[in-house]
Amino acid sequence: MYLRHGAFSYLPPLTDDEIAAQVRYALLRGWPVSIEHTDDPHPRNIYWNMWGLPLFDLDEPDGVLNEINACRSTFPDDYVRVLAYDARLGRQTTAMQFLVQRPADEADLVLTRTEGADRRQGYGVTVRRRRGDGEPDGG
Amino acid sequence: MTAENTKDRWDPGVQSYAGMGYYAPDYEPKDTDVLAVFRLTPQDGVDPIEASAAVAGESSTATWTVVWTDRLTANSHYQAKCYRVDEVPGRPGEYFAYVAYDIDLFEEASIANLTSSIIGNVFGFKPLKALRLEDMRIPVAYVKTFQGPPHGIVMEREFLNKYGRPLLGATIKPKLGLSARNYGRVIYEANRGGLDFTKDDENINSQPFMRWRDRFLFGMEGVNKAMAETGEVKGHYLNVTAATMEEMYERAELARDLGSVVVMVDLTIGYTAMQSMSHWARRNGVLLHLHRAGHSTFTRQKTHGVSFRVLAKWCRLIGVDHLHAGTVVGKLEGDPATTRGYYDTLRDDHVPANPANGIFFDQDWASMPGVLPVASGGIHAGQMHQLLDLFGDDVVLQFGGGTIGHPLGIAAGAESNRVALEAVVKARNEGRDVLREGADILRSAAATCRPLEVALSTWGDVTFDYTSTDAPDAVPTASR
Repeated sequence: MYLRHGAFSYLPPLTDDEIAAQVRYALLRGWPVSIEHTDDPHPRNIYWNMWGLPLFDLDEPDGVLNEINACRSTFPDDYVRVLAYDARLGRQTTAMQFLVQRPADEADLVLTRTEGADRRQGYGVTVRRRRGDGEPDGG
Repeated sequence: MTAENTKDRWDPGVQSYAGMGYYAPDYEPKDTDVLAVFRLTPQDGVDPIEASAAVAGESSTATWTVVWTDRLTANSHYQAKCYRVDEVPGRPGEYFAYVAYDIDLFEEASIANLTSSIIGNVFGFKPLKALRLEDMRIPVAYVKTFQGPPHGIVMEREFLNKYGRPLLGATIKPKLGLSARNYGRVIYEANRGGLDFTKDDENINSQPFMRWRDRFLFGMEGVNKAMAETGEVKGHYLNVTAATMEEMYERAELARDLGSVVVMVDLTIGYTAMQSMSHWARRNGVLLHLHRAGHSTFTRQKTHGVSFRVLAKWCRLIGVDHLHAGTVVGKLEGDPATTRGYYDTLRDDHVPANPANGIFFDQDWASMPGVLPVASGGIHAGQMHQLLDLFGDDVVLQFGGGTIGHPLGIAAGAESNRVALEAVVKARNEGRDVLREGADILRSAAATCRPLEVALSTWGDVTFDYTSTDAPDAVPTASR
């Protein structure tokens, strides 16, 4: 599966310059930026692992790029995303979210169905990882 | 008031509304008053002040003649007061009448009650040729009797895990006639191609060609399959509109049980039913989409009915998560400034008076969550830069024909819209002037996305450029 996640996952992968431009947009608005990573692409996986604390009070994206690169090299097989947070009254929530790394071999999501009464299906989505050779990891 | 006046006031028989106290030019509205501004067109020969006082009277305590039983009440407290009358600029024979209502006139948290007063009998009043409710100021004290949207914009984004861009949707077409299996196919293709939502149309309820239960079962198969293919949360607005509340609850409960993140209702179910569904949606963790079916019958003409900006306020109080609010560039009515006023009303916490946008009063929402506006009807990928410039991020852009009519198929149509959207958002964030450079931005994105290239060559030049029937007639200093 090619994971669709964040604001730009239908565009070609962002270059570091393009990532810096997006980070600059966030910093200009006073939004702290944070970096998170995971190996679990489930659509309901909200809490990815935090790469340190959110980066408050930055003026330039360079520091963020350094942290992104450190996270990438530590977790080369993980998804890595950048988030920006808007703390204004009435928002107090994430303002941006976009991928900056995806694994070479992405896991698949498998739709499971459980037969119910009256033709109902109980749906679930489970993650099926691939072996090192890219083949599905049986079962 | 002098003794003679008091005596005159209570003389049996017909008395002028102004004379009965419904015109009070010196009245200073209280912070807790509900305020309304009407556009009235009196019959020939009817004094506009008297007509305005009559509107205040007929929408509050008055009847056509003096009744002694008024004297058993604190009458002046319950009387609505017309405190200002302006001529409408450039519209001879029309007047803006400002009326203040004490908050005691209204039952807490009841739009049914509020509207029974303010737009109850008064619209049929013979001395008026026409009447329109242009705007209202809902005082914070009354706002706080409602909980508003069951989730609101912030919670919806956290629920869907989608930030920093408008959401994308499409209404399934054709509106009528598809079997449940074929209908579910369209849901699946559009969602897997890149949309966040698909939508039942307003008149898809439970007809002989497709009963609601079958639609829900096949539709959720499509939604869940698309979710597993993309890794994104997806939804289809399952329209639970039905003839009775019992039937609506039954449909909504199946939607919930099948895991749908959203249900929808039509405006035609009525204010009370909408409020009941709002409470249901909060209780059950399901987003509530409202389709404003029928609104143009009373919102569109300048001289008659209720402005959509007022309806938008009522809907935010009633509590819906989504409301259709116009596209400006699409096929349906919508002057840019007026539409901007609707969006502000739905989304912002404090909306200042702005006559140029048709907003007559400051409106404070006291932290009530915002409603996500929906732009739907005759829009396509080639307008993406205009849509983002007009509406920003907190909007659902719905491309029905622009998705399903794509020459390469529905999924390709969805992909073209998603790629166009992301390209324009990215460019805006990079500091580019998307309105001016939009065509270039879209063309560059199309270089690596064949579906977008095809969409642009199919619809790139389509516009719906007609004069709006409902543009604001601004009165400077209208705020009070």
